[in-house]
Amino acid sequence: MYSYTDFDAAFLKERNAQFRAQVERRIDGSLTEDEFKPLRLMNGLYLQLHAYMLRVAIPYGTLNSRQMHKLADIADKWDKGYGHFTTRQNIQYNWPKLRDVPDMLDALAEVDMHAIQTSGNTIRNVTADHFAGAAADEIADPRPVAELIRQWSTDHPEFQFLPRKFKVAVTGSPNDRAVTRAHDIGLRMVTRDGEAGFEVIVGGGLGRTPMIGKVIREFLPRADLLPYLEAIVSVYNLLGRRDNKYKARIKITVHENGLDDFRARVEERFALIRPQFTGVDQQMLSAIEAEFAPPVFRDAPVTAFEDARRHYPAFRSWADTNLTEHRAAGYAIVTVSLKAHGATPGDATSAQMRLMADLAKRYGHDELRISHEQNVILPHVHKSDLPSVYSALAAAGLGTANVGLISDIIACPGMDYCALATARSIPIAQEIATRFEELKLEHDIGPLKIKISGCINACGHHHVGHIGILGLDRAGVENYQITLGGDSTEDAAIGTRAGPGFSAEDIIPAIERLVRAYLELRSEPAETFLQTYRRLGLEPFKAALYPEARANAA
Amino acid sequence: MSILVTDTGFAPDNWAEPIVTLGVANDATALDVPSDADPATIPLCDGLQLIRVDFPSSADGRGFTIARQLRLRGFTGRLRARGHVLADQYAMARRSGFDEVEISKELAARQPEDQWRFRANWRENDYQTRLRTHKPAKA
Amino acid sequence: MARVFTPKVVTANALLEGDVIYQTATGWTGDLAEAEVLTDEADADLRLIEAAQQTGHVVGAYLMDVDLSTESPQPAHFREAFRARGPSNYIHGKQEVARNV
Ligand code: HEM
Ligand code: SF4
Repeated sequence: MYSYTDFDAAFLKERNAQFRAQVERRIDGSLTEDEFKPLRLMNGLYLQLHAYMLRVAIPYGTLNSRQMHKLADIADKWDKGYGHFTTRQNIQYNWPKLRDVPDMLDALAEVDMHAIQTSGNTIRNVTADHFAGAAADEIADPRPVAELIRQWSTDHPEFQFLPRKFKVAVTGSPNDRAVTRAHDIGLRMVTRDGEAGFEVIVGGGLGRTPMIGKVIREFLPRADLLPYLEAIVSVYNLLGRRDNKYKARIKITVHENGLDDFRARVEERFALIRPQFTGVDQQMLSAIEAEFAPPVFRDAPVTAFEDARRHYPAFRSWADTNLTEHRAAGYAIVTVSLKAHGATPGDATSAQMRLMADLAKRYGHDELRISHEQNVILPHVHKSDLPSVYSALAAAGLGTANVGLISDIIACPGMDYCALATARSIPIAQEIATRFEELKLEHDIGPLKIKISGCINACGHHHVGHIGILGLDRAGVENYQITLGGDSTEDAAIGTRAGPGFSAEDIIPAIERLVRAYLELRSEPAETFLQTYRRLGLEPFKAALYPEARANAA
Repeated sequence: MSILVTDTGFAPDNWAEPIVTLGVANDATALDVPSDADPATIPLCDGLQLIRVDFPSSADGRGFTIARQLRLRGFTGRLRARGHVLADQYAMARRSGFDEVEISKELAARQPEDQWRFRANWRENDYQTRLRTHKPAKA
Repeated sequence: MARVFTPKVVTANALLEGDVIYQTATGWTGDLAEAEVLTDEADADLRLIEAAQQTGHVVGAYLMDVDLSTESPQPAHFREAFRARGPSNYIHGKQEVARNV
């Protein structure tokens, strides 16, 4: 795992000193709120409904146990004893005080962490496949490249005041778990004639105008990565619209100017920038790669795992849903569900964080990951240790066997915290999970992704949920719109709106009708919700959602 | 009178000649460039000594890219940022290729000299220089 | 038809604490019941301008609608109801303070 160089540490120290001074200057009046706001956002500090919110970056989702312990300590010392893991591989603290934030940042710096560029109109925390370095289907570990991009984008002098926020995601696997097609820039590691490089996707995004990204370069040689990224962002900085915040993202720039025009500008700019990069960045990349060398995996029997699986149904059920195939024999990737039925998706208490950290240290080569699906991952656990890991997790309320199932819901903070929200999302997630737990149906239903956003900004990825729920304000009342058929994988698709929205009371029964319809419509138990939807289209699901409309038409 | 900020702090503006708006004349010694200019088409004639790029708002970061492009195109004269630039943006301006920043008296009163001097160390802790020229210690 | 002016309260977040505050005749309060209710449009606009000028103390001042059909002013919109109470998933925010007194 990457650990900070002296350079990184010195940079962070200086940067934190700057922010401390900025906070002082805001308090003493040298900075107006208008001037301070972009500066605090650049350091991850928002002002939400009830309080400030600090968003801490977990670059490419990777943490060690020391870092996780520090996150827990910060939650206890300056917040209310918990943290919220987000879809962008960040952790958010919902209750900090302005004067405490510089101290929180210094505490983070002690473990090589920061909140830089987790907000604001700048290049955001780079995200990557949460199974990186562990997945059996991976071509190459995307994290060294993500770390290189982190260094390049951090404090980049040209790109701190872009027209709008800018998000980059990298995947090293053909099975896209990083939603690269819904990012401003998505990078897929590919090889051509034995040479390593990237497929570069540009102009994806969710929000009020969801768009699937387009391929701007089918094959970009590895060494051209930084100058090419710089060319894209540089063209966007000048060409992106600044007159209308809703048209300011690069997806609109690409859409309005056309991909070919945009590409031509990028290539021209690239020619100007390329000679700046003399290969030093590639040497640095090799040094970073060495730090991400895989742990030494042990060769041991897995009989303890097989036995536990045979004898304990609860363990078997958890193993069936929460484990993913590891590239090393005898190992598994563990997804720890932060979605206990009825709990707030993505929240972990400080005690839970400490437990996960300790398990990672003891059984998981000291590594943890945060997934964009708001769960925590122990990427390298030997199967013989799984029974111990499971019982420790289960005792702390972290043993829910629901990964990928209907209660493994992504939900944004919504109106419970977010100043931009038009409706709540957390209670809807809680109620859906609780309802399907009562029905004892979720294992029968199988893979199904529900994603909920509390407003059109789509932080909860509702557009790419198999079932998406969007909370709106209809004449002063919360109202929930359903979209169907979205997909966040390599076959990315934006869901289709099913029809009129539902009230907060009616949305849970509506979801239940929808799911029951699927159970009747599926050709066989192995056919997933998404497959059934793709086979039959919207109509039968619409009929289930709006039975009265069908009755009226008859 | 406006104030000129450089690494040594505040000073009065010492450029006495007229600064011509971009597009008005091709043989100017000093050019005023708005933030929506296309840096690829700004004429870099032999006699051009100073280019002044406007920052209408501190949230408008186009000037940084304009400066960078002008430097990449080979402009070696004096490059100045003018307008609503914050002390916190001084390092960005210098790293993007500006030599100096021109601010109003009012802004200078609210953001006094020490706040700008605080970032006179802009050459330090710079990821960009490191990625382009540094020899990594760990290899 | 002339637009009817509905009663308002000036609200904001406190600069240092970040919590929700309401303007009173003489300062600020965390309790909506103590807020100054503005029933005259010109008056409301003026009070908002005054609030917005107190940049050393408050952030993001705006006018919120209140309902006066009960004894003390109540939030007219559910967003303001959440601001006045706290989130629904934990007893945090104002409801936490209320429970502890
Ligand atoms: C609570 C405070 C938050 C605020 C104020 C906020 C604000 C926004 C806004 C304004 C957008 C739309 C940007 C655009 O379309 O130009 C957006 C998009 C997004 N945000 Fe958030 N967000 C918040 C929390 C979160 C959280 C908690 C997550 C992760 C769970 C998140 C992840 C995302 C994602 C994935 C998108 C859509 C992708 C895209 O950028 O197109 N945000 N957010
Ligand atoms: S989707 Fe809307 S409500 Fe949810 S976090 Fe994003 S901005 Fe807030």
